[in-house]
Parts: sequence; C-alpha cells; structure tokens
Amino acid sequence: MLKLTDVHTYYGHFHALKGISLEVGDGEIVSLLGGNACGKSTTMKSILGMVKAKQGTIEYDGRQISGLPPSDVVRAGISPVLERRRLFPELTVEENLTMGAYLRSDKAAIKADAEKMAELFPIVAERRKQLAGSLSGGEQQMVAMARALMASPRLLIMDEPSMGLSPKYVETVFEVIQDVNAKEGVAMLLVEQNANMALSIAARGYVLQTGEIVLSGSADELLNNPQMQKAYLGVA
Amino acid sequence: MLEQLINGLTQGSVYALLALGFTIIFGTLRMVTFAHGEVFMGGAYVGLTLFTYLTPSLPLALLVAAVVTFIMGALIEIIAFRFLRNAPHFSSLLVTIGLSVILINLAQLIFGPETRSIPPALIEDLAFGEIQIFGFYVTYLQMAVLGVAIAMMVATYFFIEHTPIGLAIRATSQDHEAAYAMGVNVNRIFTLTFAVGSMMGGIAGVLIGLYYNVFYPTMGILLGIKAFSASVVGGLVSMPGAIIAGLTIGVIESFAVDFWNASYRHLVAFVFMIIILVIRPAGIMGKSGPMSGRGD
Ligand SMILES: Nc1ncnc2c1ncn2[C@@H]1O[C@H](COP(=O)(O)OP(=O)(O)OP(=O)(O)O)[C@@H](O)[C@H]1O
Ligand SMILES: [Mg+2]
Repeated sequence: MLKLTDVHTYYGHFHALKGISLEVGDGEIVSLLGGNACGKSTTMKSILGMVKAKQGTIEYDGRQISGLPPSDVVRAGISPVLERRRLFPELTVEENLTMGAYLRSDKAAIKADAEKMAELFPIVAERRKQLAGSLSGGEQQMVAMARALMASPRLLIMDEPSMGLSPKYVETVFEVIQDVNAKEGVAMLLVEQNANMALSIAARGYVLQTGEIVLSGSADELLNNPQMQKAYLGVA
Repeated sequence: MLEQLINGLTQGSVYALLALGFTIIFGTLRMVTFAHGEVFMGGAYVGLTLFTYLTPSLPLALLVAAVVTFIMGALIEIIAFRFLRNAPHFSSLLVTIGLSVILINLAQLIFGPETRSIPPALIEDLAFGEIQIFGFYVTYLQMAVLGVAIAMMVATYFFIEHTPIGLAIRATSQDHEAAYAMGVNVNRIFTLTFAVGSMMGGIAGVLIGLYYNVFYPTMGILLGIKAFSASVVGGLVSMPGAIIAGLTIGVIESFAVDFWNASYRHLVAFVFMIIILVIRPAGIMGKSGPMSGRGD
C-alpha cells in the first residue's frame, strides 16, 4: 500500500536521506530500524509531507503522494504517532482525540471511534478530562496512539513509541500495537531503535544507516543476521 | 468613589480587550506585533468617519470597524509573519514596527495630522444620557463601552474554549508542528487568530474613540504599549491574566486621576506594572501554559 522509491531528502545542503526505498503491504507491520540521527524521523516526515522529498517517489495505493501537504496525506489514510508523542499538553485527553479526527466530518462515526478508543485504551476512558501534559510518559503514548487512530487511518506510522518508557510499559505498548493491527487491520510502519522488540512483532524490517538502507528482510532473517546481532540486537 | 470605580472599569475593560487581542496573537504565533496600537487607531478612525459622515450608530460603527480591522490583521499577519516564517524573529518584529509607522502616516494623509472629534451634537445622547443604578449615575456611553467590551471578551473566550476552530487554535498554539501533522492548515490558523485579535483591537478603538472623542494619528502608540504591558503583566499567554491586568490598570489609573492629577495616570499605570513584574517576573498568571483559559 505504501511504496517509497529512491527518496532523497535534504535539510538545506545536508543530505539526510540518500535514496530510501521501502514498502509496506496491506495490514502488514514493518519496522524501520537504526541508531540515532540516521534519518528515521526524516523518512517519516517525508512520507507525511512535513518535509519535502527532493527526489524519488512516494506512492500510496498506487497514487503519488510526495509533494502533498500533511492534510492530504492524512486524508488519504496515513496517520502519524510523532516522536516523543507530542500530545497537546494543555488540552484534555478527549480534546487531543478530537484533534486526531480534525479532518473528518462524519460526526457519528467520530463518536463511535472515540468510544472504541476508550475500550482499546483504558487510560482514555479513565482520564477523559485530564490535561494530557499531566499524564505519565507511558500513558501519553497510549493517548498518542488513540489520537492517531482517530484519523481512521489504514496505515499508522509510529516514531519510536518505546522511547523513554519503562520495560514493562514498552511491552504493553507493543501488545497494543499488535492488537490494533490484528483487530482493526491497520498496517504499521514502526520506526524503532529497540530492534529486538520491534522485530518481535514485525513481519519485515529495514535497517537505516546515515540516510541509507543497509539491510532488509523478514524479521527472522534480521534477527538471525550476524551483522545485525552485533550492531543492533546486543547479542555478543 | 464608586464613580471612580465605574470610570476605571470602563477604561480598564477596553485595556483588557486590547490586551486580550494581543495575548491571543502572541499565544498562538509566539511572536510580538508592534502594530496592534495602529490597528486600534484604525478602528477608532472608522468610528469617527461613520459617525461624522454617515450616521451616528454605534452598532454600525462596531460592525464596520470589526470587518476593517479583521482584514487589516489578516494582511499584517501575511506580510509580517507568513512571508517571513523562516526568517529570524527580529525581521518580523521590524516589519510590524515598519507597518505601524506606515499606518500612522496613512492616517495623517487621509484624516489630517490634527486632532479631530465627532461633532458633539452627534454623540450627545450617548455621552450625556445617563441612568441611575443603585443610586449612582452611569452614562449610556459608559454602559455601552463596558457592555461591548465584556461581551467581546465573553465571546472570545467561548470561541477559543468551546468551538472546533478554537480547539484547533489552542492545539496550534501548544504545538504547531503536531497540529500540522494532524492536518491543520497552520498558516490559516495563524492568519485567522491574528485577524480576530486585531478585530478586538479595532473594536477597542471605536469604544475609546467615542468615549474620549479625540482622534489623532498617533493615538495608538501609548495604548499599544499599554496593551502589550497589560498582556505581559497578565502572563503573556493567559486570557484571564490579560483581562485582570487590563481591568486593574484601568481602575488604578482612574483613582490616580482622582487623587492627584490626570497627567499622572500613565506614570501610575506603568509604575504599577513594573512593580508587579518585579514581584512576579512571569506575570500574574505566569505559570499557566500556552493559551490556557484555566490560568493555573
Ligand atoms: N530540521 C532539521 N534541520 C537540519 N537538520 C536536521 C533537521 N532534522 C533532522 N536533521 C538532521 O538529519 C539527520 C537525521 O535526523 P532524524 O531526526 O531523521 O534522525 P533519527 O534517525 O530520527 O534520529 P533519532 O533516533 O535521534 O530520533 C540528523 O543528522 C539530524 O541532525
Ligand atoms: Mg527520530
């Protein structure tokens, strides 16, 4: 459903993405792995249209989406969970969810989705009127996912959902990701540094290094790749 | 005594309205405009023109001034901020200063550099008709000023806190990049917010213009500074803060005029604001987050 071909992105003169190609299939969980500053967030922002890819194509359902602003990309069915969650801190949990559905006008369906989120994420039901900024990091991550799902996407792109969370919460987050994928059929592009965790739920993965994809394959292949084990999986 | 309080609240409600407009703009764009006083002046001259040459109708003057200053605000945002979105903040600041000078000059060209007023006969009813409430007298004009200013503040509060566009404005003010990622047209929100804030300045202009019935091209300078100061004293991003600061300054000025002399009013107002800022550097509601209605 999503296909990037030879995408190049620049910040000024800085060449951040040097020809990225990757694919996400319908309902698939794919992870994009890599260390700090290798261009994971830039890949995500290029897909969303928050930064413009200078060269290459980004297709969604066979349609060109590179060059479109985020509003069009989100409308097409791609929704982001941003790095560090980026909830609106002074809005309530409920208002944050409403913002997730900003581009939708089907009131009844929005309401139904909000109720569904309350079931999927207990924290949403419990803290409806609480300011999002006063939630713990893990709780915020749940709300951030709920907010992204409120756009009614078919593809969710998540930028490091495990960042800064305790191991226990990381597990919960990944369980929920799997759950949403299985129940709602939402495809996931999972950007992560936590390769072990990400590959435990992903079907396939890509490894990014200084703006280039250096390795790709099924989750099993990557988990058993010696190079991968040494650099990213912490296997001695 | 009570009369001074009413006078002070009337004047203060207009300061509050101006400061609120400033606060909404700063709270959302995180940028200071130095043309707010000149938008206020523009609104005042719209009132003067309509009253003098068309018909002395307050609702009509308010409506036309609202439309004119809404458009002025939108244009200022586009010229000074949207065009310079990626430029250093100083550039935008400088452009708003430039625009304020241009607006003052334009007013001199169109209306003349001299102080003007509406022929007294045309506002006699408003200014001198009075009614008695609880044993003291309030002029129709005072009631109108206070009433319109309060209505505008309530409407703005409702707009920001309880409408879908208001929600998008608050979200944008807190994290414009995240709002952009949700599909918000951030440019449009910035322009709209600026226009609404300016419109409040324009309405304040009509009210003050009629209240004192003196109009001159530089009339917005001191008021612009005062609105900015009231906004800072209020906490810069807090709507209740701006309102409380504006009202307080109005009342203090009014008592200063009564106890000393009319020429000390600005001195007293600014000394008060300096004292508040020394005691609470972040303003009365300084701890509150971006564009918070809760102000805690
Ligand atoms: N707005 C920007 N302007 C200039 N350079 C940027 C900008 N954003 C990112 N970069 C640079 O682009 C490179 C890739 O950044 P990116 O944020 O995509 O990395 P990342 O893989 O997400 O890193 P992390 O794991 O730390 O989040 C980095 O060298 C970064 O400094
Ligand atoms: Mg990143």
